[in-house]
Amino acid sequence: MSQTINQTLQLADTCLILGQRNSEWCAHGPILEQDIAITNITLDLIGQARNFYQYAATLISKNENKNITEDTLAYLRTEREFKNFLICELPNGDWANTVLRQFFFSCFQLLLFEELEKNSDTQLAAIATKSLKEIKYHIKWSSEWVIRLGDGTEESNNRINNAVQQLWPYTGEFFMPADYEIISVSSLKEKWLQSIKDVFDEATLTIPQNIFMQSGGKDGVHTEHLGYVLSELQYLQRVYPGAEW
Amino acid sequence: MSIHELEKIFQNKIDKEIKIEPKDWMPEAYRKTNIRQISQHAHSEIVGMLPEGNWISRAPSLKRKAILIAKVQDEAGHGLYLYSAAETLGSSREQMIDDLHSGKAKYSSIFNYPTLTWADMGAVGWLVDGAAILNQVMLCRTSYGPYARAMVRICKEESFHQRQGFESLLVLSKGTKEQRDMCQDAINRWWWPSLMMFGPKDSESTNSDQSIKWKIKRKTNDELRQQFVDMIAEQVKLLGMTLPDPHLKWNESRKHYDFGEINWDEFWNVVKGNGPCNKQRLEARVKAHEEGTWVREAALAYAVKKQSRTKAKVA
Repeated sequence: MSQTINQTLQLADTCLILGQRNSEWCAHGPILEQDIAITNITLDLIGQARNFYQYAATLISKNENKNITEDTLAYLRTEREFKNFLICELPNGDWANTVLRQFFFSCFQLLLFEELEKNSDTQLAAIATKSLKEIKYHIKWSSEWVIRLGDGTEESNNRINNAVQQLWPYTGEFFMPADYEIISVSSLKEKWLQSIKDVFDEATLTIPQNIFMQSGGKDGVHTEHLGYVLSELQYLQRVYPGAEW
Repeated sequence: MSIHELEKIFQNKIDKEIKIEPKDWMPEAYRKTNIRQISQHAHSEIVGMLPEGNWISRAPSLKRKAILIAKVQDEAGHGLYLYSAAETLGSSREQMIDDLHSGKAKYSSIFNYPTLTWADMGAVGWLVDGAAILNQVMLCRTSYGPYARAMVRICKEESFHQRQGFESLLVLSKGTKEQRDMCQDAINRWWWPSLMMFGPKDSESTNSDQSIKWKIKRKTNDELRQQFVDMIAEQVKLLGMTLPDPHLKWNESRKHYDFGEINWDEFWNVVKGNGPCNKQRLEARVKAHEEGTWVREAALAYAVKKQSRTKAKVA
């Protein structure tokens, strides 16, 4: 039971923290149409997070005979309890950084959810099926941007190359297994690399070699950024304990 | 045909409730007034994303966060329809955005007030969107076709936002003492600025008469303002809250609520740029636009490259 709970929380935390970061673009995007597009992705991620939190809340409530809700899990857990990938909590940086992160993550999420869809846990499988439709759009949107920026102007090419250097060290964590994971994530690596390579080729980008990979998020050891993300996210629930909103 | 005859045909159409369409002849002043009004309306939607966007990262529950994000996104969509409607009159989006950033074009002054607490999200939805809707419902019948049709879509979403705002305040009004205080405080701060949204008094409004003759507007500022007061004075009772106006009182002979005098000094000051957030709002828009320059340039450069590659292939 605790394995499923931890796995579900990891999926939920990951979607929530990336959604929280992407939402910072809302009203500040580079052009109106793209402001709307990234906000759509944000809404999808928050929707996915809610589905996972609600499921985890049901399991925990049953297990511990308490009344736990999605908000208890999102708003009242601490830095060390969050299990999201480090890449999700990094500051947005520029548009290149944001779209590249989305691309790396969505490509991984697709492979992970295709496995999750086959899982014997029917609730997780159902959430995966529902999310896959959204993820395919996220990949389409973000890969188009990676190509556009890579093969656009000199400046955009420089910026997306910088983003590759910044973000690549955080992609290894996708494939490092945590003891509660129910999917063999290391087996997804080759396919993921291939999907990145296909788009990078078109974008005239190269995949970095021999880079040290950061990890820890899955086990609650985060970057210094997460504390600030949670301070903002959880502010009202912390200031007014027990209030309904 | 002489201008006089064209004007006669034009006014005839208006009088017969026939919509004016982009390719129809129209007086230059009608075109200008519509461009001014529609682009101002579009800018208001876009600048209006900022005060609400301010609370997205701090929304107190996942449900409220999702609702707020969707709402701000709807506003971006409204901005898009409206810019498109204004473009049918021959103004480019770039030009309109430049005019906003240079301060030449205006946007609704209400967005120059700060959103200080979570309750402001409810108050903005209920009062600000509530005031906007009255204006927008009228605009669904405005004489310029593309504007009227954009308004129909926008109104559906706006009335949903208003109900969401009210519902959010209703939860606060039934909550803890701190939440009830937060709710009342937000109403106190947003009430008067909401009344100002309808613009100057009819006796001092410069654009009203001609706009009514052309059926761009169908009700005067004061008529709409009265309608708003009558509506909100009833709804506030359901919240168990009060409106900060000692002169607010039902007038049986008028069948309307009487209300106190608006602080017109404050109104004109905010219009002139001295509101609490005028500077920040415009700076935020300019910053987003400037930081997005390289992104738009890259997208354009890539589109051009792609097109020339396709052409090369075909050849």
